[in-house]
Amino acid sequence: MLKRILAFALALVVPFVAHAQGQEKVLRAVMHADVRVIDPIWTTQTIASIHGMLIYDTLFGNDANLKPQPQMVGKYEVSPDRLTYTFTLRDGLKFHDGSPVTTKDVIASLKRWGAKDGVGIRLMSYVKKMDAVDDKTFTMVLSEPYGMVLESLGKSGSSVAIIMREQEALTDPQQQVKEAIGSGPYKFAKDLWVPGSKAIYLKNKDYVPRPGNEPPSSFAGSKIPGVDRIELIWISDPQTAMSALVNGEIDFYEAPNNDFLPLLAKARGVKLMMTGKIDSTQGMIRLNHLHPPFDNIKARQAMYHLINQEDFLRAIVGNPEYYRVCHGLLTCGGPYENDGGSSFMKEYNPKKAAQLMKEAGYKGEPITVLFTTDHNTITPATQVLVQAMREAGLNVDAQSMDWGSVVSRRAKKEPPAQGGWNIFVTTSGGVGSANPVLHTWIGAACDKGLFGWPCDPEIEKLRNAFAFAQTEEERKKIAKDLQTRAMEQVVFLPFGQWNTPLAYRADKIDGIVPNTGLAVLWGITKK
Amino acid sequence: MTAYIVRRLFATLPVMAVVALFVFFLLRFAPGDPAAIIAGEDATAEAIAAVRAKLGLDRPMVEQFFVWILQLAQGDMGVSIFSNLAVTRLISQRVEPTVALTLSTLFVAVALAIPIGVVAAWKARKLVDRLVMGFAVLGFAMPGFVLAYILIYFFAVQWQLLPVQGYRPIGEGLWPFVECLILPSVALGVTYMALIARITRASMLEVLAQDYIRTANAKGLATDRVLLLHALKNAAVPIITVIGIGIALLISGVVITETVFNIPGLGRLTVDAVLKRDYPVVQGLILVFAAAKVLVNLIIDISYAFLDPRIRY
Repeated sequence: MLKRILAFALALVVPFVAHAQGQEKVLRAVMHADVRVIDPIWTTQTIASIHGMLIYDTLFGNDANLKPQPQMVGKYEVSPDRLTYTFTLRDGLKFHDGSPVTTKDVIASLKRWGAKDGVGIRLMSYVKKMDAVDDKTFTMVLSEPYGMVLESLGKSGSSVAIIMREQEALTDPQQQVKEAIGSGPYKFAKDLWVPGSKAIYLKNKDYVPRPGNEPPSSFAGSKIPGVDRIELIWISDPQTAMSALVNGEIDFYEAPNNDFLPLLAKARGVKLMMTGKIDSTQGMIRLNHLHPPFDNIKARQAMYHLINQEDFLRAIVGNPEYYRVCHGLLTCGGPYENDGGSSFMKEYNPKKAAQLMKEAGYKGEPITVLFTTDHNTITPATQVLVQAMREAGLNVDAQSMDWGSVVSRRAKKEPPAQGGWNIFVTTSGGVGSANPVLHTWIGAACDKGLFGWPCDPEIEKLRNAFAFAQTEEERKKIAKDLQTRAMEQVVFLPFGQWNTPLAYRADKIDGIVPNTGLAVLWGITKK
Repeated sequence: MTAYIVRRLFATLPVMAVVALFVFFLLRFAPGDPAAIIAGEDATAEAIAAVRAKLGLDRPMVEQFFVWILQLAQGDMGVSIFSNLAVTRLISQRVEPTVALTLSTLFVAVALAIPIGVVAAWKARKLVDRLVMGFAVLGFAMPGFVLAYILIYFFAVQWQLLPVQGYRPIGEGLWPFVECLILPSVALGVTYMALIARITRASMLEVLAQDYIRTANAKGLATDRVLLLHALKNAAVPIITVIGIGIALLISGVVITETVFNIPGLGRLTVDAVLKRDYPVVQGLILVFAAAKVLVNLIIDISYAFLDPRIRY
């Protein structure tokens, strides 16, 4: 009432009239980060991929079972020797500037993606050539019958294989494109973009979705824009974001803080939604294989005795409803979950860890842990790890820094005393981690691999073998062998798996798609 | 006076040069690497190095400094490493919310603090004075963000009178503009109000003990005339000084207030840019803040001459 009286009084005094947005249907969503970069190939940031999947389209989209389904592609053929793929685009595909999508755009886009993204690089290493047959048909000729072509083209997570206009796709992949013009269901309103505050997407009225009104299944299905306008609002303070959802100022909150889940569960009009078994986060402790003590496999294996996953998960999540103990490196609940190598993780025993470290030649030298101070899951996980290491009598040099500094410092290969490191804690998305090829942290490609630089040709051989496997049974067997070997080599120490439910106004929106690995926003409708 | 203003304006140039030098090198010496943040979670060390090279961050620091200074001399603050947008555009997008928040806070604080400070001095050592001083102590003691959450809980979540967060430009209507600023202004202004009220009281007490006030009272002048025309004007110099200092406090205060109330102003831009190591944006912002501070000081200094004719430059 007071609000109405004040509003009325002000309306009498001043000639301003409140701006009306008419009947436009607007989805206001708060994501886990703000859109700062408009090129999802240039960066692997997840938020850039969410932005990318609104404005760009992909040739294929992996469905909720991680099976690739055609998206921009109307029909495709694979030669009997599995070396030649022929793809034909659907009719009516147009970029937001009105120009038609042609195979020139597609080939240039795939080349740029294949020069930057890990999965793309792997695919392109087997691609001999890509040729346009005409404006709508092109061929991809492989040197070997690589079995992950369609899965790679339909991948979700970071650096998705999006299709840009040729003029942007020819940009050096190490440089950001200047325009964000795609052919997807929404157009990016660059003029209205306030980096660090909000990014606005307007419905692409010319978008031609897959025929048949296919229901959305992760990134597959007909992409039918559900609202006129999507506003990705960045609220950095989790308490403010929660209050804004409760107050109805936003409709969708992608990653609420675990501490606020009980409050949100009780709030009127608000619903929590678990987004699926594999749409989770996997905790990882990465050891640096380049420097002592963890250049010694015995020292690395000793660390398994310091991991009681329940301790980590209680510190991070608290509520057992949202976490699960997972003694594997591939996502538990995913198609390739197995128990290979899990025997390493059966016993929490600091004394045994200390004894094994001693046997590995550890004499009490400082072990540098990059201690993230500003991350809602990595910070508590690092605290638990440091405590366990201290219980084992290890000389821990926990260096506190913000996540930005960890990201920079972990790339250093120098010894810890010269600015390098021994341990850092990180996380990985469950959807990507469900597949041995897409899960880049499980690799052991030495210098060419990710930070920590595990080096084991056998692991790389098994990852390759997985990509060439002909049957699902064969894949499952290879996945188990791979996990066993990777656990033995300690490519990383898993400390469990958890889901953060998303929160939304059930009284205002509908159509949220689960099991995605990236938030799918185009199918959400406003009531 | 004009010569003085011109002299002071010229004197800002070396100040800005020193600020530019410090901010540039401090940022480069601080840990963190924007290339690593851009390259993202799954990037290899080689990919990070490639991004760094493309951004020119692998060049010698002195070379990078001179490139930036030459750009500045041409009025170009550079482009954001992340969004690829001009720093001037990013700053200009954020000026309006911050100016609106600062002015509304100043308005709330000054409009309330000076009267209660005057009343406290007038009723010194009486109940009203004790209440005012109690409020001042509480205002100082309570961190702005705590008050902010309390205000949000009651006024936005429980009673739904005002929005939790956000900013609406005045072009969208006066009420939407005002309703977004009420809670942030109060949360930010309370500390400031406490400070001004205390200084006003102290300054007024000193003036009220002067002979000319006794004379004015003896002449039978009305109390309000004595307080406002004779006492307050002569007590104004320290109050104005504190208001000037307070503007600097406000600049640091808006960082937190803008974050809690999700106001897309310069404070939040600064925090985000620092966390992301967006060097050009941080450098541009610090220069703008430094210039604003120098300008405020100049205005305060000039105002002394108008308030106290004995002061001459």
